[in-house]
Amino acid sequence: MAIRNSLSGQLLRRSSAVSGARFISSWFRSIEPAPKDPILGVTEAFLADQSPNKVNVGVGAYRDDNGKPVVLECVREAERRIAGSQFMEYLPIGGSVKMVEESLKLAYGENSEFIKDKRIGAVQALSGTGACRIFAAFQHRFHPTSQIYIPVPTWANHHNIWRDAGVPMKTFRYYHPESRGLDFSGLMEDIKNAPDGSFFLLHACAHNPTGVDPSEEQWREISSLIKVKGHFPFFDMAYQGFASGDPERDAKAIRIFLEDGHLIGLAQSYAKNMGLYGQRVGCLSVLCEDEKQAVAVKSQLQLLARPMYSNPPVHGALIVSTVLGDPELKNLWLKEVKVMADRIIGMRATLRENLEKLGSPLPWQHITNQIGMFCYSGLTPEQVDRMTNEFHIYMTRNGRISMAGLNTGNVGYVANAIHEITKSA
Amino acid sequence: VTLAYNKDPSPVKLNLGVGAYRTEEGKPLVLNVVRRVEQQLVNDPARNKEYLPITGVADFNKLSAQLIFGADSPAIREGRVTTVQCLSGTGSLRVGGEFLAKHYHQRTIYLPKPTWGNHPKVFTLAGLTVQTYRYYAPATRGLDFQGLIEDLGAAPSGSVILLHACAHNPTGVDPTPEQWEEIRKLIRSKALLPFFDSAYQGFASGSLDKDAQPVRSFVADGGELLMAQSYAKNMGLYGERVGALSIVCKSADVASKVESQLKLVIRPMYSNPPIHGATIVATVLKDRDLFNEWTNELKGMADRIISMRQQLFDAIRARGTPGDWSHIIKQIGMFTFTGLNSEQVSFMTKEYHIYMTSDGRISMAGLSSKTVPHLADAIHAAVTKAV
Repeated sequence: MAIRNSLSGQLLRRSSAVSGARFISSWFRSIEPAPKDPILGVTEAFLADQSPNKVNVGVGAYRDDNGKPVVLECVREAERRIAGSQFMEYLPIGGSVKMVEESLKLAYGENSEFIKDKRIGAVQALSGTGACRIFAAFQHRFHPTSQIYIPVPTWANHHNIWRDAGVPMKTFRYYHPESRGLDFSGLMEDIKNAPDGSFFLLHACAHNPTGVDPSEEQWREISSLIKVKGHFPFFDMAYQGFASGDPERDAKAIRIFLEDGHLIGLAQSYAKNMGLYGQRVGCLSVLCEDEKQAVAVKSQLQLLARPMYSNPPVHGALIVSTVLGDPELKNLWLKEVKVMADRIIGMRATLRENLEKLGSPLPWQHITNQIGMFCYSGLTPEQVDRMTNEFHIYMTRNGRISMAGLNTGNVGYVANAIHEITKSA
Repeated sequence: VTLAYNKDPSPVKLNLGVGAYRTEEGKPLVLNVVRRVEQQLVNDPARNKEYLPITGVADFNKLSAQLIFGADSPAIREGRVTTVQCLSGTGSLRVGGEFLAKHYHQRTIYLPKPTWGNHPKVFTLAGLTVQTYRYYAPATRGLDFQGLIEDLGAAPSGSVILLHACAHNPTGVDPTPEQWEEIRKLIRSKALLPFFDSAYQGFASGSLDKDAQPVRSFVADGGELLMAQSYAKNMGLYGERVGALSIVCKSADVASKVESQLKLVIRPMYSNPPIHGATIVATVLKDRDLFNEWTNELKGMADRIISMRQQLFDAIRARGTPGDWSHIIKQIGMFTFTGLNSEQVSFMTKEYHIYMTSDGRISMAGLSSKTVPHLADAIHAAVTKAV
């Protein structure tokens, strides 16, 4: 107390030349240091580690086989075309019309009747996070007593997003730890037991963090039940194209719901599938009953975006619309996305092989059964800590491994570490 | 306003609504220094597009703080400033507002009357209650200093006060240095918390340091404050959404805790900020030659605006339009609050195809030497043909 007072006193004397500054202690003195983000904090710790063997399988960002981040060729070419030739004027509040159009085609289908009938209210958003946040704010404003049902587990930030938007959360069963697969009966039961007309958050493909997706059959059943219950399905699609290598295939769940007549909400991200992480490009769309409603919904989404950031950043949107709007570049993109997805699928197989070769007593089929960027390894938080402390392998404490962080150079090392830690489990 | 303007087929139409800089030819402008840096970035194979940290580009943050507070600022030297990259001015205000709503004991923010149209919504959605303080005096088209002092004096201790750092939007009316000093003394004596919105540093007078003077005097007295910075206008980066929120705290320890809490506001909003614009800014700010080139181009823009003010004032005087129009050259920055009422504005739109906001605000950036006479004619007609 005394020390702080005397320091503040010194400050006061120093500033006495500028009169009128009454002694006030900090307004923010009682602020607690916030906990590190469970996902982004992992990379911070990784970067600080000096070990030559360190491996980052924490954050979901693609790496090539040399462990390097990748800027897609189609993106480089798009940037060459736009650099210095565009004005940087404000986009409309709803963002780049062209980018939104292309995004809807990608998600809803090139020839989607909903696009033709102008039934989709859509805005450019700040990647997947921003799309979810605007939707959550929209949900709060127009359905203030509603809650959002989120799967257990889900991406950690989903909790923060709906909480900060003022929407309470409920959960539905999703991951089945024993089988490291889908708890389908639990999921269906929870959908059934939720009050009619509830809001459900669904991962369209490549569930984060588990990598466990429903099968096509299971999606059909989920869709039917949700229809019976009159629930609102909100899809978070961060990995279209990245999961199977085929964007059409990865959109299957959404297409099933659309066929069944659901009016869906959708958050799309280009962070992973176009490697545009830091550009923050995404799209939020809401399928409405008719064009009039879509126009109204879009205007309301804009009313929520304006006091948050006024209008979205132009650069990433230009890249997306340039790539998707040019058939040659789009084809190149499709090829590059498949390369990324295939490398991940290959790493899954290699990791599993290595563990089985090491004679691990535990089952590891889930590594190849699961899909997308992440594998829910089944490691406990304590085991994860050992991975980090003993082997300098960084992952989130829920045992989620980002397969993109694995490569031919480190997969053996990681398999060995996992084996060492789990062989006596 | 822009929508209506676009629909108008008249060859003499004039868009004085938009708050974006235009050249003499009426074109938007990408600064040379920005074009150069963009080419540099595109041709650099070592650049990637990875996620930024939640707080954004570290260099950008450091340099932005230096730009507004001064490279020799004691607050920076003492590590008492936390700066986070945000989405231009709007984003910085929103993140700052949400932070205050979560952590500050007084949830009321006072906005000047009038203020930028988006301010009230930004702070309301952030979770704060909005009140106003008197600012513009329609009778003089200048500052209602008495009213301002009275209203701030009556604000409960600890209230947050939004201050336009320079080039007040929409009026163009700024306090004089002496008035700023009075405002500062009052704010500190009542333990009010200043939140600066700086969207026009360098753009107002042409000098980055001069435009930052009021802010720096507040930092010099050792007190705390929030600062929202935008590079939309002064670096022409509008659509890239580049800005920074700085919070000047009493100690480095507090600043570090504050930063950790700012991350918790940002993460559920958009996770981390966009990389492109901030990289351009950091590249410009850290290179001596690029920085100098930028300050020259910036002065060019500011000078053109100041020249438009003079030309418009002269043209109105030449026509003998009744009334005192000196506010046109006294006000500063992108906008002029003409004092025209909404009927006069409608008249000007209908008869002269002049597009502006109904509060009588015109964007000087939308004018050129060629179009000043037309505007002067319109104003003259609107004022003399009384409705």
